[in-house]
Amino acid sequence: MKDYEITIGIECHVQLATRTKLFSEVDNDAREKEPNSCVSPVDYALPGMLPRLNKEAVKMAVIAGHALNSEINLISRFDRKHYYYPDLPKGYQISQLYQPIIGAGYVKLPDGTKVRIEHAHMEEDAGKLSHFAGYSLVDLNRAGTPLIEIVSMPDIHSAAHARDYCKELWRIMTYAGVCFGDLYNGNMRFDVNISLAKPGEPLGTRAEIKNLNSFRSVERAVEYEYKRQSKLLDKDEKVVQETRGWSDDTGETTSQRSKEEAQDYRYMPEPDIPPIHLTKEFVEEQKAKMPKLPEDYREQFKGQIADDTLEILLDYQPLMGKLDELARGDALRGPAGPEPQASGSDGRDSAAGPRASIVKRVANWFASVLLAEEKSAEYLNDLPSAKQLDDLAEMTEKSELSSTGAKEVFLKFFDPQMRNRDAREIAKELNVLQENDAGALEKIVDEVLSDPACAKAVEDYKAGSEKVLGFLVGQVMKASKGKANPAAVQPILKKKLSK
Amino acid sequence: MQIASKELSAVEMVKTALEKAKAAQEKYSVFISLNKEAALKRAAEIDGKIKNGENPGRLAGVPYALKDNFLSKDGNTTAASKILEPMKSPITATSVKKLEDEGAIMIGRTNLDAFAHGSSTENSYFGPTKNSKDAARVAGGSSGGSAVAVALDIVQFATGTDTGGSIRQPASFNGVYGFKPTYGTISRYGVVAMASSTDCVGFFANSAEDIDLLMSITAGQDPYDMTTLPDYYGADFTRGDALRGPAGPEPQASGSDGRYNATAPWDAEGRRPTGPRKIGVIKDFDIKGDIKDALDKKIKDLKSKGYEIVELEMPTLKYALAVYYIVVPAEISSNLSRYDGIRYAYRNSSAKSLDEVYGKSRSDGFMPENKRRIMIGNFVLSSGFYDAYYLKAQKARTLIIKEYEEAFKKCDFILSPVTPNPAFKLGEKTDDPVSMYLEDVMSVPINLAGLPSLAFPVGETKDGLSLGLQLIGPRRSDKALLDFAGKELK
Repeated sequence: MKDYEITIGIECHVQLATRTKLFSEVDNDAREKEPNSCVSPVDYALPGMLPRLNKEAVKMAVIAGHALNSEINLISRFDRKHYYYPDLPKGYQISQLYQPIIGAGYVKLPDGTKVRIEHAHMEEDAGKLSHFAGYSLVDLNRAGTPLIEIVSMPDIHSAAHARDYCKELWRIMTYAGVCFGDLYNGNMRFDVNISLAKPGEPLGTRAEIKNLNSFRSVERAVEYEYKRQSKLLDKDEKVVQETRGWSDDTGETTSQRSKEEAQDYRYMPEPDIPPIHLTKEFVEEQKAKMPKLPEDYREQFKGQIADDTLEILLDYQPLMGKLDELARGDALRGPAGPEPQASGSDGRDSAAGPRASIVKRVANWFASVLLAEEKSAEYLNDLPSAKQLDDLAEMTEKSELSSTGAKEVFLKFFDPQMRNRDAREIAKELNVLQENDAGALEKIVDEVLSDPACAKAVEDYKAGSEKVLGFLVGQVMKASKGKANPAAVQPILKKKLSK
Repeated sequence: MQIASKELSAVEMVKTALEKAKAAQEKYSVFISLNKEAALKRAAEIDGKIKNGENPGRLAGVPYALKDNFLSKDGNTTAASKILEPMKSPITATSVKKLEDEGAIMIGRTNLDAFAHGSSTENSYFGPTKNSKDAARVAGGSSGGSAVAVALDIVQFATGTDTGGSIRQPASFNGVYGFKPTYGTISRYGVVAMASSTDCVGFFANSAEDIDLLMSITAGQDPYDMTTLPDYYGADFTRGDALRGPAGPEPQASGSDGRYNATAPWDAEGRRPTGPRKIGVIKDFDIKGDIKDALDKKIKDLKSKGYEIVELEMPTLKYALAVYYIVVPAEISSNLSRYDGIRYAYRNSSAKSLDEVYGKSRSDGFMPENKRRIMIGNFVLSSGFYDAYYLKAQKARTLIIKEYEEAFKKCDFILSPVTPNPAFKLGEKTDDPVSMYLEDVMSVPINLAGLPSLAFPVGETKDGLSLGLQLIGPRRSDKALLDFAGKELK
C-alpha cells in the first residue's frame, strides 16, 4: 500500500436542549415517550400550519456559535430543503442554506491542532423510521427538534484527530449547555467526508460516511475508508463520490447513494419565517454569560493537573465544575463569606496558586478512584460539596490520613448513608485517622523494638543494612493497626536505632 | 351588516340562509358542503345570549360562507380537491375563530379552484361554480363560490383568499365588494397554503363598511403566523407609515406629497384638509370596451368631486405576470409537498411501494392545474435553474415593489381595472392555461407588492354582466382605503 494523505471534513448535527421544538410548542425531549406522542399539528404538517420560531433555540445557537469561536451573523434566514420521505412530514426540511446564523470559527483539539469551522446553521430534525418485514413505522416525536449543523473545513488528517474533533465538539456543546450530549439517543450525529491523495497532490474524490453516532465509530470508519480508498488508488481505480453507511457490527462502510442518484433539494427561501435579526447587545449578552469550556479549563489547570488526567476528567463537566470551585476556594468560605471577586490579577489566579495541590489531589481522586468505580456514572449526578473535598484534601496534606484512608473516606462521600457528613466525621467513623502524635508513636516504636521477633532486624540495621528499616516501619504500622503515619514513624525509628 | 336581535332571531337568519343556499346549489354550485346542524345549534346559542341580555358579539347570528380552504372543526376542509376531500381538521383557523367569537355563523363551505389554483373555479374537483349574473359564465376564481354566495344574497359576507386576484376578480365578476388586505394583516394560520409570500385572507361583502367591520375583527398580529404585521388596523394612518417598512427610516415631514391622515374626520362640507387628494391611474395597461368606459366614468366622477387624477407610468408592471408565475408555482410546489398520502387525507389503496404511495396518491388527488403548477415550481427551483428563474424573479419583484412605492409618492390611491374583461364563458379558457393566466395581469402585481386593494362594483355591461374596478393603497392603508371607498366610490 502506498502512502496517501487523508483529508477529512466533518458535519455534525447537534440536537439543541430546548424545552420545546424548533417550530412548535410540544415537548422536545421524547426519550421516554410513546411514539408520536410529542407531535403538534405543525410537526404533523396539517394544511395551513405555520412554523413559529422558538426563541430559546436561537439563543442556544448563538451560545453554540460563541463556543465555536465563531462570528454570529446578525441577520440570518431559513430556507426549505425538499425531499420526499415519510420521516419528513412537510416534504421539506426548514434549514439555513444561504444565510446561516453561525459564521466561520474554529475548534482547538487537546493537542492544540485547530480545526476551522466553515459555518453552522439551524435546522429541524426529521422523524424516525423503523423498518420491519414488509412495512415501516414512522415516529414523529423527533420531527422538529432543533438542530445546529456544524460544518468543519477539511482540516483533519487522521482517524485519531477525527475522533478527537468529534469528542471535543461533544464536550464543547455539553459544556455550553446547548445539548444533552446523549449520543446513544442521537443527540449528536456525525457525517464524515473522507478523501485520499498523494502528498502534494490536489484533494481526491471524497466519500461521505453518514450518521455516525459514536467517537469510536468515527475513528473506525475513517480507518476503514483509508484502507478501502487506498486499495482502489493502488490499483489506479477511481474513488466514487457517494454516500456510504457504516456498520458497527461488520466494521465496514457500504455504498448507499452515488452522486448521480443524489437528490435535487430544490432549495428556496422559507417564506413563512421572516429573517432573524439579532442585536449586537443580545449576542454580547450571551457571550458574557458563557460557561467555562474545556479549553478554558486546560488553560486554568495547565501545570496543576497532569495533561492525561485532565483529558480524562474533561469528559465530565460536573467534575471540572467541582475542581473550578475548589480552585477558586470562594465557595468554601460558606454562605456568610465575602463575595468572590469578579476577575482581575487578585481574583481567581492568585487563589489557584496556593490551592493547586488541593486541586491536584482531588483531580487524582476523581480520575483514579471515582471513575474506576462501577457506579461512577450514577455518582456523577450527586457530587460531594467542595467543602467536603477541600477538608479531605487538607487532612491528607497534613498527613492526618493515609492516601488509602483518604480514598476510603472519599468513596463514602458517594454512599447515600454518609454523603452529607464531613470528611473528619467519616474518617473517625472508619477509624482511618492517622497517628501523628510523637509521644504515642514513640511508645509503639519502643514496643516493636523490644519485641524479640524484631531483634534480628534491629541487629541487621545496626550492622549497616538500611533495607530492614522498611520491615520495621511495617511492624510499627501493624502494631498501630494501620493508624500510624509511616512518614512520621521513620525518623523516630531511625532516632531510636541510632542510640 | 344585519345582526340578530330580539326582533330577528339568529335561528331565523340561519334557516333563511340555508334555504337560499340549497335553492341556489343546483343552478350555481356555490357550496361544497353545508353546515346545517352546527349552524342551527350555534344560532340557538346566540339567541339565548340575546334573550339573557348577554353580549352576542358584533356579528351576532350573521350567517356567512367559508371558502373551503379554511380549517375549521366544522366539516371537512377539502380545498376543492380529491386529496383533501376526507380532511377533518382538529383546529380552527385564527381568522375563523375571530369571526365566530363575534357571533358569526358559518352555514357552508364554498367552492373554489382546487387549492385556489385558478381564475374561474373550474378547477374544482366538485365542478365549477356558475356566475351569479349568467350561469353560462364562470364565477371567477379562485374564490368563486364565496363571491356568488354574497352576490346571490345567500349570506351577507363570505371569506376568501387572494394570492393573485382570487378575491377581487370573482368579486368584480359578480358585482360585489371584495377586499384583499395588506399582506400580513390577517393571520394565515389554518388556511390551506397556496403561495406563502402572497396569500392573503380577505372578504366579500355588500359594502366597504361591512368589510371594514370584518377587518376590525380579524386583523391583527398572530403568534401562530410569524408573517403577520404588528397590529395597525384602525390606528391613524399616514402615508409615511406605509412607505416605511417595519424597520425603515423615519417618514418625511409633511409636504406636497408628505403625510396625510386618512382617518381624520370629514367635516360637514365634505372637506378633507388632511385626507386623500390624488388618485393615480396607470397608463401602461391596455384597456378597451366596457371596462375602459367604466374606468373613465369613475375618473370623471372623482374629478367632479375635486380629486386630482395623476397619470402613472409603471413600466415594470408588465413583468409582474411572469414574475408571479415563477414565484407562486415555486411556493406552491413546496407547500403542496405535504400532501403525500402518508399521514392524512387521500391515499391510493392500490399503491404497493413508497414511491407508488406518493406517485399514485398525488396523481389521483391533484387536479391538472395543480400538477401544472407543481411542475413549473419544481422546474424553476431545480438546481441549475434557480438563479435564472427564481432568483431573477425575486429581484424583479423588488423592482415592482419599488415602482409602487414611487407611485404612492405621487398619489394617495391607485384606481385600476381588476380584469381586462367581464366574466368569460365556462370552458372558454380551460384548454389555454396562458390565456387564463392573462386574466390575472392587473391583479397579481398587487399581491407581489403586498398591497391592499378593494374591488368594488361599477355597474353592468349591456348584457347584464358585472363590472368592477379596484382601488389600491400603500401598505397598511387598509382602513383609510375602505373609508374612502365607503364615502366616495359608491
